[in-house]
Amino acid sequence: MTLPPVLILGGRSDIGLACAHAFAAKGHPVQLAARNAAGLQPEATDLGLRHSVPVSLHEFDVLDTPGHAAFLDALPAAPGIVICAIGMMGEQEASELDFAAAAQVMRSNYEAPAAILGLIANRMEATGSGTIVGISSVAGDRGRATNYVYGSAKAGFTAFLSGLRNRLAKTGVHVVTVKPGFVATRMTAGMDLPAKLTAQPEELGAAVLKAVTARRNVIYVRPIWALVMAIIRNIPEPIFKKLKL
Amino acid sequence: MILSGWGRFPKLDCKVTRPRSEDDLRALVAEGALIARGNGRAYGDAALSARGTVDMRGFSRMLSFDAETGLLVAEAGVLLADIITAFLPRGWFPLVTPGTKFVTLGGMIAADVHGKNHHKDGSMAASVEWVEVMDGDGVVHRASATENADLFGYTLGGMGLTGIILRAAIRLRPVQSAWIVQETLPAPDLAAAMALFEASGNATYSVAWIDCLASGDSLGRSLVMLGEHAAPADLDNRRRARPFVTPAKRRLTVPFDAPGFALNRYSVSAFNAAYWRKGRRSAGRALVDWDSYFYPLDGIGHWNRIYGRKGFAQFQCALPLAASEPGLRALLGEIAASGQGSFLAVLKRFGAQDSRFSFPMEGYTLALDFPVNPTTLALLDRLDAITLDHGGRFYLAKDSRMSAATLRRADPRLPAFLAMRAAEGRARSFASALSERLDL
Repeated sequence: MTLPPVLILGGRSDIGLACAHAFAAKGHPVQLAARNAAGLQPEATDLGLRHSVPVSLHEFDVLDTPGHAAFLDALPAAPGIVICAIGMMGEQEASELDFAAAAQVMRSNYEAPAAILGLIANRMEATGSGTIVGISSVAGDRGRATNYVYGSAKAGFTAFLSGLRNRLAKTGVHVVTVKPGFVATRMTAGMDLPAKLTAQPEELGAAVLKAVTARRNVIYVRPIWALVMAIIRNIPEPIFKKLKL
Repeated sequence: MILSGWGRFPKLDCKVTRPRSEDDLRALVAEGALIARGNGRAYGDAALSARGTVDMRGFSRMLSFDAETGLLVAEAGVLLADIITAFLPRGWFPLVTPGTKFVTLGGMIAADVHGKNHHKDGSMAASVEWVEVMDGDGVVHRASATENADLFGYTLGGMGLTGIILRAAIRLRPVQSAWIVQETLPAPDLAAAMALFEASGNATYSVAWIDCLASGDSLGRSLVMLGEHAAPADLDNRRRARPFVTPAKRRLTVPFDAPGFALNRYSVSAFNAAYWRKGRRSAGRALVDWDSYFYPLDGIGHWNRIYGRKGFAQFQCALPLAASEPGLRALLGEIAASGQGSFLAVLKRFGAQDSRFSFPMEGYTLALDFPVNPTTLALLDRLDAITLDHGGRFYLAKDSRMSAATLRRADPRLPAFLAMRAAEGRARSFASALSERLDL
């Protein structure tokens, strides 16, 4: 039985690569999409050697929305699973001082990923099958002073995925929202993260694979995050606004 | 960050970095006093440096594999477990493997690890085609038996003190199945165990579990275990149809630190006696999957916790062949008299090895572990002395407490190693808690 290819948008990110390894280990061919895709050749070789699956590299700039359709048309095979691991934290302070910086964060985390996933959703809807995985963030569950520009974009992305899931529920296309919590990646390197709340990328890859297989809707990678975020969401606003979070 | 080796003794507050590229690493080596750390499976302080511990697990890509020759090129942070997962289903197995698969390629090279086939195939060095090492100026050198041979010789077994191992080419061996035909031979005493080793030089794998608390006539009683990679003819029809499929293992884990009193002379002695009886009863041939055969302890997560919070110390020495029997007798007598027994006492015959600073030498090696306390630390000093008296030496990947003076007496190769360290500022660029303790 040949398994459908998995397309990783953001194929250079630690999270994207961890997902690629998890699905490749099950025998899925891998399509890694990223800017300067040729630079990912060592990662592609590693994936192929470890898991004996075909791996292809695809030049992709999520911000180039007019190019999205051509990018999808050029894939060697229509992916059965699409994982969007594109994200950009940005500097909250820079975003406050310069709207251009804020707009970049908003576009990178919400507008552009929504554009490509919307396009993919339409194509999957036409064939009546497929799975879309959006890596969103707990930061989107409630805006906080320290990262609300990033958080607002992720909130938009989370709502977009939720709506997409609702729209496609009767078509056979499934949408999974992943809220990773802290993950030990390049993006968080140098941050002082609590060990019990911080997942390794491999853990995330395994969680995404499991969520896709079990057709879960929304997952936190470490279960403790469901509790943490339930508390954060339920703090009354008069109190919340005074907290340092 | 507080770090330790697998023995959880000693513990040290280390500055840890996790570079992702050669450029990251180049910036780090300029700072000096670095030691590369793989998966933290060396028992003592070999991969600790307060000023600069470099977590190499960010370099974990496999780079190429030649299905004709079995030559694998991979980055230093690749886990042995991942190599087996990737290549055993295709009929390849590591030529040399230590007793855990949770080690990195770089760590295996730095410690020049050995396996149950040392008497036949040699140490890790025998499987390394070349290695690439970054020096203190950030320059990467490829070293092999024919190119930069000095660097190659000292890097194999050099405990990471020649530079940062970046990647290597290693040879895998072709195998026909994932199963091992194991033969267990009970030996009622040390002489019988050694006779079995001497008679089984043709076995691919050989190792003995030794009851280190047995004394008197039973001193050195052992279960000698031989092994061969199973051929299709050794398998039943069901297994022959899928020779690389082995049953999924249930993974146990030690969830918390055992209290310090859980291991005492009575519990260990009772365990050892029961294990000996069980082994003697079930002696003979058996088919064992690769994971259970090579890595029995890997099936128990965090097994290092059974020794309690204070950790444990491994003792592993090698004795030259001529002095092996009296040396082992003296060591085992001392241990049995102390009552400080070890569950995990292992005896093995080494084959000949000629190397710059690696541990193995032709003769016998004995490995034991003890919970760390003043009584056992004193015993370990006595075991050091006995080893020195018999011309033996010590495995630095296991050691956490030996003195610099002991090492100096044990190893005539030390001056040459120190000269290598002094050259090109290596001693300044690369250092570990082990190198500081042992004046390397």
